[in-house]
Amino acid sequence: MNTTTQIPENMELVYQYPDSMTKTYTHYCPGCVHGIVHRLVGEVLDELDLREKSIGVAPVGCSVLIYNYFNVDFVEAAHGRAPAMATGLKRTNPDKFIFTYQGDGDLAAIGTAEIIHAANRGELISTVFINNAIYGMTGGQMAPTTLPGMKTTSSPGGRDCKIAGYPIKMSEILAQTEGAAYITREAGTDIRSIRKLKKAIKRAFLTQIEGLGFSCVEVLANCPTNWNMDPWESMLWSKEQMTPYFPLGTYKMREEVKALKV
Amino acid sequence: MTKELLKGNVAFAEAAVRNGLQAYFGYPITPQSEALEHFSGRMIELDRVFLQAESEVAAINMVYGAASSGVRVMTSTSGPGLALMAEGLSYIAGSEIPVVVVNMMRGGPGLGNIQPSQADYNFMTKSAGHGNFHPLVLAPANIQEIIDMVGLAFELAEKYRTLVMIAGDGSIGQMMEAAELPPMQEISTARPAWAVTGAVGRAPNLITSLYLGAEKLEKVNIRLQQKLATIEENEIRWQEYETEDAELLLVAYGTVGRICISVLRAARQQGLKVGLLRPQTLWPFPTARINELAAQMQGVLVAEMSAGQMLVDVEHAVAGKTPVRFYGRMGGVIPMSAEILEAVKQVQEEVS
Ligand SMILES: Cc1ncc(C[n+]2csc(CCOP(=O)(O)OP(=O)(O)O)c2C)c(N)n1
Ligand code: SF4
Repeated sequence: MNTTTQIPENMELVYQYPDSMTKTYTHYCPGCVHGIVHRLVGEVLDELDLREKSIGVAPVGCSVLIYNYFNVDFVEAAHGRAPAMATGLKRTNPDKFIFTYQGDGDLAAIGTAEIIHAANRGELISTVFINNAIYGMTGGQMAPTTLPGMKTTSSPGGRDCKIAGYPIKMSEILAQTEGAAYITREAGTDIRSIRKLKKAIKRAFLTQIEGLGFSCVEVLANCPTNWNMDPWESMLWSKEQMTPYFPLGTYKMREEVKALKV
Repeated sequence: MTKELLKGNVAFAEAAVRNGLQAYFGYPITPQSEALEHFSGRMIELDRVFLQAESEVAAINMVYGAASSGVRVMTSTSGPGLALMAEGLSYIAGSEIPVVVVNMMRGGPGLGNIQPSQADYNFMTKSAGHGNFHPLVLAPANIQEIIDMVGLAFELAEKYRTLVMIAGDGSIGQMMEAAELPPMQEISTARPAWAVTGAVGRAPNLITSLYLGAEKLEKVNIRLQQKLATIEENEIRWQEYETEDAELLLVAYGTVGRICISVLRAARQQGLKVGLLRPQTLWPFPTARINELAAQMQGVLVAEMSAGQMLVDVEHAVAGKTPVRFYGRMGGVIPMSAEILEAVKQVQEEVS
């Protein structure tokens, strides 16, 4: 944590920007979980002293500009290809900390092959996967994770699984790969879950540092703008509607990962 | 150093290894798979990075990632694989990082076949991806030349921070010839200042092709075009054969360029004053030199293993100074020198 700020003697420091983050406003809509997860990533990078070792891989999606918010080297991948870029980076820079940050369109549709193969190779990278059941950036089209019956701009009558297929459960799939060391699905929509989510991100990052294998933290998120809800409503909706289809929990945790002190 | 008998694919792969290649990512495809196989042994043995990707899409993006950190990296493929790489090629061009890609052209369209072809000329020189850019494209005609061009490709890619492609074809990949490999070069551990290597004691570096403001992106485009103009000024390469007194000019590159040397000899024996210009860079193209030579010619014959792709660039270069004719074979057929000689004679008859 940044300790250089001068704090008056009669006051206590309770909140500040992590060193790993830039002091700026984000472009995210009010109430969007992207902002919360960025903050958690920043805190974990600080706590593990990773800032100077890190190379982040940005996705295409609402978080395409993630690099503006981190004091960290970054590359901007093509839509879905972040795990491949991360692979190239990690293989040639094994001493660096490489993470991707991806949405559900990015990771679970166009980039399905790249994430599964990165996981299966046990690529020593960490992925933060924001599942908001929609394509935020392009204006609210159906995502691979859009729930059955859910209305989007490209499923105006609600997702008909007979036509569009079923919402894909990526954590369950990634957990099947031999190379994955730590796969978990968390939520980013209430304080308890957010605390737990931060621990999961830390465990995922430590998994890479200790060389234990591929790690991915899926975050059940929200998109108030394209869900046509206010932030509070969207948080509740995420919890009540998404969690039954996408059960929270750890889908894979190797013994060595379990033994990590988080 | 002495010459050894080398297969084209193995030759360029080993040349890359000796030129200090730090990482190779690729996906098998005929007629270049021997290169990937060679890398798989050599790179691992030398404790460098080799990875067989799940697709050419992944391979080029792995290359993009590695290149972003400033290491010497390459991939190789053939038509159908190059099509999948087009996305990555454009991002690489847009973010101005040095990458080398070898394309051993095969017959198309579609799955086509695995015979030699030159039908990716337009793909490579004109539209290797979306947006405004040209890769620098080198065209070897024999094994020694592809070996030498690998070193040159890295040099140019790094000098200009640009995408360099080597346009081979199935026959250059598959044939064996005596050639000399370069000496083993040390791997460079230095990383350029623009590379992502962890922000230690400096502001964070960013490798991106994203510029949201139209005017910002236009500026980037203008800078890119200026760079391409500099490349065009300095890096055009070609070889001429007996052009001094020639009255009929052959223009051909790669395998066909090589065949045309035999055509030229046979034509000269029959008293025909034929010369040959063999482009060694397809982009930038030897436009000015062809234009200059056109003035002394009664005609120009372009020969290609395609429907006539370079032909358009030659016509543009000749600019109406003299008639331009074309002889091409397609679908993986290699033209025999006798066929091209026949075409030379026809042009000769037509123009005299
Ligand atoms: C090859 C390609 N196809 C399509 C697009 C358009 N596109 C940009 S973002 C996006 C979807 C993003 O959705 P998601 O990954 O869920 O992220 P979110 O915006 O919801 O955070 C699409 C389809 C693109 N940029 N590139
Ligand atoms: S569109 Fe949705 S996902 Fe994107 S920033 Fe706004 S709320 Fe977040």
